Amino acid sequence: MGSEQHAAIVIQDLRKTFGNQKILNGISFQVAQGETVAVIGRSGGGKSVLLKLLVRLQTPDSGSIRVADKEMTKVDEKQLTEVRKKIGFLFQQAALYDSLTVEENVAFPLSRHSEMSAQEQEKRVRELLGEVGMDRDREKMPSQISGGMQKRVGLARALALDPEILLFDEPTAGLDPITSAEIGKLIVELKQKRQMSAVVVTHDVHGAKAYSDRMVLLQKGSIRAEGSFDELEHSKDEVVSQFFDYGLR
Amino acid sequence: MYLAIFVVVATAISGTLVSNRLRFSLPKHIFVSVFEWFGELGIFCVRLFRSALAPPYEFRELLRQCDEIGSLSLPLIALAGAATGVVMSLQTRDSLVRFGAKSFLPAVIVFSLVKESGPVITGLMVSGRVGAGIGAQLGSMKVTEQIDAMEASAIDPFKFLVATRVLACTLMLPLLTLASDFCGILMGWVANTLAEAISLRLFLENGFKNMLFTDFIPPTVKTMVFGFIIGIVASFQGMRTQGGTEGVGRSATTSVVLSSLFVVLADVVLVRLIITVWG
Repeated sequence: MGSEQHAAIVIQDLRKTFGNQKILNGISFQVAQGETVAVIGRSGGGKSVLLKLLVRLQTPDSGSIRVADKEMTKVDEKQLTEVRKKIGFLFQQAALYDSLTVEENVAFPLSRHSEMSAQEQEKRVRELLGEVGMDRDREKMPSQISGGMQKRVGLARALALDPEILLFDEPTAGLDPITSAEIGKLIVELKQKRQMSAVVVTHDVHGAKAYSDRMVLLQKGSIRAEGSFDELEHSKDEVVSQFFDYGLR
Repeated sequence: MYLAIFVVVATAISGTLVSNRLRFSLPKHIFVSVFEWFGELGIFCVRLFRSALAPPYEFRELLRQCDEIGSLSLPLIALAGAATGVVMSLQTRDSLVRFGAKSFLPAVIVFSLVKESGPVITGLMVSGRVGAGIGAQLGSMKVTEQIDAMEASAIDPFKFLVATRVLACTLMLPLLTLASDFCGILMGWVANTLAEAISLRLFLENGFKNMLFTDFIPPTVKTMVFGFIIGIVASFQGMRTQGGTEGVGRSATTSVVLSSLFVVLADVVLVRLIITVWG
């Protein structure tokens, strides 16, 4: 109970179905303050749904989700807004607003939730874009930059409100190995610099090794294994070892 | 009765309900889907009003949408209004000459444009241009997770995206109708004067001689209802988009089909209402 009180995220017996298909089948785990947990597993295993449940973009059928000490299944709209301000979310395809420039994308949450003046916002946006190495492309539209650059901008936008928790949905999916490594390095740097809690949904076992403190392997909506990279790598469970064998090739 | 038939046929045409698997149980499926559609639309409207009425208000985005919907639609609306004025002048002139009522031509053009043609043509043109635009834009944002990203950033997409578009449509339609009426009357005079010269002043005097404010205000104001319908139907179709680019295309199409249909149906009801109230 004591450890739950200090955890950034506590998930208990979470269940979600779409029609007849069970997506999450009673999963439970915690993310401690400052800890990065990588959720790995095969496609269609419910990893992205799990992230969307954490910010209540979808609602669970049953179970409990505590994020920043708030029960997400019970909060009202006002409380939900306050919790969401504490969470940064990097989407799989970055989900940049295509009618806004790179700079405007990052400024968008700031303009709505901060008390900063226009000049302060501009300065903050430059800092954030500098942090992800995108300060030279401020004026470009999302369609004018590559997928990796979009992910960087998406990350800068996710960091705009200085969140306590970061959620990454496949941060390296669809990127070449060099860009994937750069994004991975960025996550490690952020982790060291900001001490935020993070949940990273990924297929990339190599990347997850670099930036995660702990790993959770989801298999058909249930947690198959949980532990450090080394523990999972040497697991005797057939499914876990098969996943790591293929993942590390 | 007619309303029910129209809704069922239009929904089927729009392609949202028909799939090969369900072809044999089509009547039941359509019936259930129509009710589901209206139910979801009702929930959508409740959420929209709740979001729109609570501060802070998105004035900047509202102005941007007014520009997008209003000023960018103006050339199209002006052209449609002008074409209607010309056609009306050419067609009516011949008929009125046969009945020896040529002198009524200005009044016929002005009355029919102001009371019916102007508002309906504006409504239909806007539902084509703006309805498709809103449906496709919101649909594209939905399938690329931009709306989810907005929600995850604690920004209410109903307030920022939907309320501003619906309000902009509602406010811009009467102004666009005025522009359509103006261009129609002007080009009606041009077409008339090419056949038989008449001064603009005399044309307008004859046209507006018997016109009352009750002939002008209600038909113009009724286009606010058209604007509301276009905004709400297109936003609703856009926000419930599923299935990638194909889904976006389907949302754009259904936005146009359904909003045009509801504009025509609303016109029937509103004309009856206006006649009942103002005579």
